[in-house]
Amino acid sequence: MADTSPPTPEPPAAATAQIGVDSWVSEEDQRREGRKWLGRTWERLPPAGKLALLTPAIAVPFLPLSEANIYNYGLFILIYALLALGLNVVVGFAGLLDLGYVAFFGFGAYIYAFLSGTHHEKGHVYTHHWAAQWSILTAVVMCAVIGLFLGSSSRRLLGDYLAIVTLFFGQAFVVFTNSADPYGITNGSNGLGNIDPLRFFAFGASFTVSSTRGYYWFLFGCVIVVLIVLHLLSESRTGRAWKASREDPLAAEMMGMPVNRLKIMAFSFGAAIAGLAGSVFAAAQTGAFPQNFGTQVLILIYAVVILGGTGSLTGMLAGATAIIVSFQVLDSTSPPNNARTLFYLSLVVGVVVIFKKSRAQMAVAVASTVALGFALHAIVHEVWPRGTSGQVTSGGYLTGAIKHWVLLPTNPNRLAVYGYLALIVLVITIVQLKGWWRVAVVPPTIVLTAFVWENLLIQQPAVTRYVLFGVLLIALMATRPQGLFGTAKVEIA
Amino acid sequence: MLKLDGVDTYYGPIHILQKLELEVGSGELVCLLGGNASGKSTTLKTVLGIVKPRSGSVEFDGEDVTGRPTSYRIGKGMAIVPENRRLFAPMSVRENLEMGAYLHGGGTKEDWDRVYTLFPLLHERRAQLAGTLSGGEQQMVAMGRALMSRPKLLLMDEPSMGLAPILVEKNFEIIQQVHESGVAILVVEQNANVSLAIADRGYVLQTGRVVLSGPAAELLRHEDLRKAYLGR
Ligand SMILES: Nc1ncnc2c1ncn2[C@@H]1O[C@H](COP(=O)(O)OP(=O)(O)OP(=O)(O)O)[C@@H](O)[C@H]1O
Ligand SMILES: [Mg+2]
Repeated sequence: MADTSPPTPEPPAAATAQIGVDSWVSEEDQRREGRKWLGRTWERLPPAGKLALLTPAIAVPFLPLSEANIYNYGLFILIYALLALGLNVVVGFAGLLDLGYVAFFGFGAYIYAFLSGTHHEKGHVYTHHWAAQWSILTAVVMCAVIGLFLGSSSRRLLGDYLAIVTLFFGQAFVVFTNSADPYGITNGSNGLGNIDPLRFFAFGASFTVSSTRGYYWFLFGCVIVVLIVLHLLSESRTGRAWKASREDPLAAEMMGMPVNRLKIMAFSFGAAIAGLAGSVFAAAQTGAFPQNFGTQVLILIYAVVILGGTGSLTGMLAGATAIIVSFQVLDSTSPPNNARTLFYLSLVVGVVVIFKKSRAQMAVAVASTVALGFALHAIVHEVWPRGTSGQVTSGGYLTGAIKHWVLLPTNPNRLAVYGYLALIVLVITIVQLKGWWRVAVVPPTIVLTAFVWENLLIQQPAVTRYVLFGVLLIALMATRPQGLFGTAKVEIA
Repeated sequence: MLKLDGVDTYYGPIHILQKLELEVGSGELVCLLGGNASGKSTTLKTVLGIVKPRSGSVEFDGEDVTGRPTSYRIGKGMAIVPENRRLFAPMSVRENLEMGAYLHGGGTKEDWDRVYTLFPLLHERRAQLAGTLSGGEQQMVAMGRALMSRPKLLLMDEPSMGLAPILVEKNFEIIQQVHESGVAILVVEQNANVSLAIADRGYVLQTGRVVLSGPAAELLRHEDLRKAYLGR
């Protein structure tokens, strides 16, 4: 009898495994489709295109700002972008943990101050007024050389040793400039004032950068030049050799790369960029003071690098902008209402990130948060009138909403501290919870956060900013471990 | 081409290679056999200068290179396919190959052509990240990477580890092809049968000593070796 059963249909080609066709690769295009349109376009843009888009994006927002705001925001963003770009060579490209990086920033500033300025040292007056281009060049070269020596000192540059040696170096710099200086050349904790502005002499003509806006544009140029140089470098054979020796030093050695020399080179390169940033910074603030180069500056630079995405150049700009804007907004001299705006904005972003998978959950959480706040306020107002009779601290456009949504007791200190502790517990709980349990816990957490903020943290913005940074970095770690612009790690499977 | 003379290599206090004598002639294919932990990889590392012998000498291409760093030896014409391949995972196939020719300016057009002709698949996958390749594909990259520097002496540490039988055979065909183009090869293998079949000569290591050496055909017939490695 003939076989009448219909032939088994061939499964569609794409669904089966095929020899010589890697499913990961064949699916790559689909994965790309799936990504957000904006990110995709950005990724496909050639580097020159990225630069052409970025340049005005950084420059334009600063045009209408006042001189003071250009100094606080524009100048600092660019200085930190420059510092982060340099540290990125050391940490991102070569994979070295340099905890003394900030000292090179300091060296740059002090070297510029010595070469272009008037100083009193133990009774007699020193004046050198070198043209800015030579002072800057000297600062850059000297930082590179110091970096070379420091790098070679911990010859094998084994992770932990390098970290300790550089940490010591960074601390020693601050101690020396502050107090341990026997000849008084750094003028101790008073630092060096009377520094020349950037004054370039060439071919008999001179040009002086005299306004904050001028410094902004000068730094802007520096950042663009450094960006281009670093881009070319990272695309060069040396750049790839850095990457290779970071990934697998032994294999790199086996390919004939001088791994140690490459590392020392990266170290010194980073130091040189920090020196550039330092010298321009000294000129811009017409002074160099020990406290400008302390550990907290180092932490900020690292925050920029980590937030921006280690190894990514555009990431450094984004990181510097995010960190410096939030840092300056949370400064005690900035109007508290700016800090408030930033705070509530980050709350909103936090909620969006937490519920990015489910719109329904987000809607429920937001609605119940709003309701919970008003309800609580109404109940407390009836039961314990003192609990709502406090004042809104320097309220602005949000005063009305806060007055009816957040509990403001007349004497909130102790309550706020308890609230703060409870908040820590709640936040840790949220991280552990999933799905609708999380939806249930988020509203009380947000209400409590607002309570703690309005009653406690807003009065201490300087402390708050470090708390906020910590939270920001932890949140980033959880959602995007590679940083804003970094690429995800690939491991040999 | 290569001559190890009375080489003693230590890891700290542990004496690994003991008075090792080994030679690879110009254009010769030599196979290094031995059980686990017998010192095969250590021999290659000593040849390459990753570890330095405490006594004895390494001579390469008529020059004593005992005191020279790895980069010097690579520049002079050594290349290695390391144990476990050791590719640079987050870098593309192309970049991995380029790193093989690091000391030669990233490779000339002929170098690229030669490698891509030998492994057409690598050309097809040149943009893929090495870490996402299959084991067999990674082996090709490791081999191509070593060949990018136009070596005179190619060192290979277990090139067929983790390959399916059919790929092992293919792999050895390629090794032979490279050999026929005039490159001297020192290959470490567990698979004595296949490797001796294409080798000119062979050495057998045991706890860091050469216990047996000779022409490949002779080793294949040797009683002890058959018992120890070929299982018959
Ligand atoms: N870096 C090291 N430090 C200390 N001991 C080592 C080191 N590398 C290898 N050894 C030891 O040296 C001995 C020889 O190692 P080697 O890697 O040369 O063996 P092998 O012959 O290649 O073995 P296999 O076939 O398993 O790869 C082993 O006992 C190993 O434990
Ligand atoms: Mg081995």
